Amino acid sequence: MKAFSVSKAVTALMLAGLVLLPLYSHLTGNIFILTLFTRIIILALAAASLNLIMGFGGMMSFGHAAYLGIGGYAVGMLAQEGVGSGFIQFPVALAASATYALVIGALSLRTRGVYFIMITLAFAQMAYYVASGLARYGGDDGLTVYKRSDFSGLINLGDRMQFYYLCLACLLGVIFLIWRIVNSRFGLVVQGLRSNEQRMQAIGFAAKRYQLVCFVISGTMCGLAGALLANNTDFVSPAVMYWTRSGDLMVMVILGGMGTLFGPIMGAVVFLLLEEFLSQITEYWALIMGPLLLLIVLFGRGGIMGALGRAGRG
Amino acid sequence: MLLVVEQFLNGLQFGLLLFLLAAGLTLVFGIMDLVNLAHGSLYMMGAYFAATFAAWTGSFLLGALMALGATLVLGIVLEMTALRHLYGRDHLDHVLATFGLILFFNEAVRLIWGPAGLALPLPAWLTVPVPILPGIHYPAYRLAIIAVALLVALLLYLGVMRTRIGMLIRAGASNREMIGALGINIKLLYTLVFGLGAALAGLAGLMQAPILTVQIGMGENILILAFVIIVIGGIGSIRGAFLAAIFVGMIDTLGRAFLPNLLRQVLSGAAASTAAPALSSMLIYLLMAIVLVVRPEGLFPANRR
Repeated sequence: MKAFSVSKAVTALMLAGLVLLPLYSHLTGNIFILTLFTRIIILALAAASLNLIMGFGGMMSFGHAAYLGIGGYAVGMLAQEGVGSGFIQFPVALAASATYALVIGALSLRTRGVYFIMITLAFAQMAYYVASGLARYGGDDGLTVYKRSDFSGLINLGDRMQFYYLCLACLLGVIFLIWRIVNSRFGLVVQGLRSNEQRMQAIGFAAKRYQLVCFVISGTMCGLAGALLANNTDFVSPAVMYWTRSGDLMVMVILGGMGTLFGPIMGAVVFLLLEEFLSQITEYWALIMGPLLLLIVLFGRGGIMGALGRAGRG
Repeated sequence: MLLVVEQFLNGLQFGLLLFLLAAGLTLVFGIMDLVNLAHGSLYMMGAYFAATFAAWTGSFLLGALMALGATLVLGIVLEMTALRHLYGRDHLDHVLATFGLILFFNEAVRLIWGPAGLALPLPAWLTVPVPILPGIHYPAYRLAIIAVALLVALLLYLGVMRTRIGMLIRAGASNREMIGALGINIKLLYTLVFGLGAALAGLAGLMQAPILTVQIGMGENILILAFVIIVIGGIGSIRGAFLAAIFVGMIDTLGRAFLPNLLRQVLSGAAASTAAPALSSMLIYLLMAIVLVVRPEGLFPANRR
């Protein structure tokens, strides 16, 4: 184990950049960059949660965006009904996501491989259509959140910089949690199940139970991202649950490097910045983005973290 | 009565159309073990090609034929340039790479044809209503779709089950190394299968085009349906895809047509009219979830014997 490696250095630089960004934004008066990075951090949180089951647990969920919607709608619906307190909204968002994850996880984990990819997708599409049918809460058009979650006395989400740091703290907290989980006995069992489920079962581990708990933890984390996202955009609509959004999250995880702690953050930053950058030079940014993804899959095994690791060795 | 027959036929027609799409998908999946999300894009390209060529030649049939050839060529080119390199890779790599292709195709269409949709007008002889039962008329074009799709399904069945190439395809699905060792040019076979799948998707797209508008993103919703079908039917199984496609087409169509009325008898009017569209859209996903929970490998798993 080397003390210094390229991937560690880049990760440290990125984290330092994320911590100092509001300072830069404050000094230059560039508010856009702060808003952009708030969104990036929230989606990085969602990608990190997906990475827990996908990278470490080997469970390829293609319906992870559903939790973004569930967390978001929990905030939006409560706000609509006059419950503005974040101390109620956020726990409800987390509990709702956990419950959804528990139910669909219990059903989906009966299948494996491509069937698992497709059944998680099917459940997410169901959630999408349920949200589209909620006429009281905007239906297809979505729901405007007129007032951000109220954490009076603690933090003011209306303030851009405070909100940014809240999101960053949530992200780092989740990464810390994932780090602890992955290195715990529980995490080792889950990773063992990814490598060889039969063998783990033969040693006497109740495979599905471990995977289900991991699935629920991941879903709850993503629900948090959803609650933050609704606060960030002041709006939640069924579109956040659409399957292409789940695809985006998968792309971020793979781009950054599956099964690495900081890969998903890297992936989210690069993916969303690329999207932003390309959309500024040309309206037809996807024309470049699409083949780029193809090339990354074909030649960039292990994502950015993998490439950095190779650079460190070479 | 009139409505029931009409909706029943609509369901059949939609199901058969879905089968064309699902058949290509399940062949590619079963034989090359490739998850191709861009299959919906080929469906979209089929529709765009048909609209363009029909306007250009002034003949619907000629345009359709040219579009069919164009999607076949497009599929072959796509396989040879990009997808060939994905065989043997992780399914996740497939999902990611073909997700990129979807972005590319949608954007390319927007660049070439513009963001507004196209219309593919039908020739007059296909728009007349045809009496099918005493007092019941049904649009000729939808009947034509049913006929064409049934014919293609039959040809596909005969082709896969009764010809030498079909035998190779089936052999490739069960053991690709072995037929390679027996001196069969697998690369060529794979390209052929992919081209066939692309042409089937294109056919579905161009036949659906006059009923719906030809627009960007039209491939995505129906792609998910096609995936639902092959998952319900069992991946790699054409027979499973056929039955599941008819089933899904029926449930989707009949659900949309009759669920609102059924719900209205149980719920209040307002609640029913909000719940019905959501519930009928969910119906097939619900079906898939139930099938997978009961039979985790679909109804007709291809690899089990």
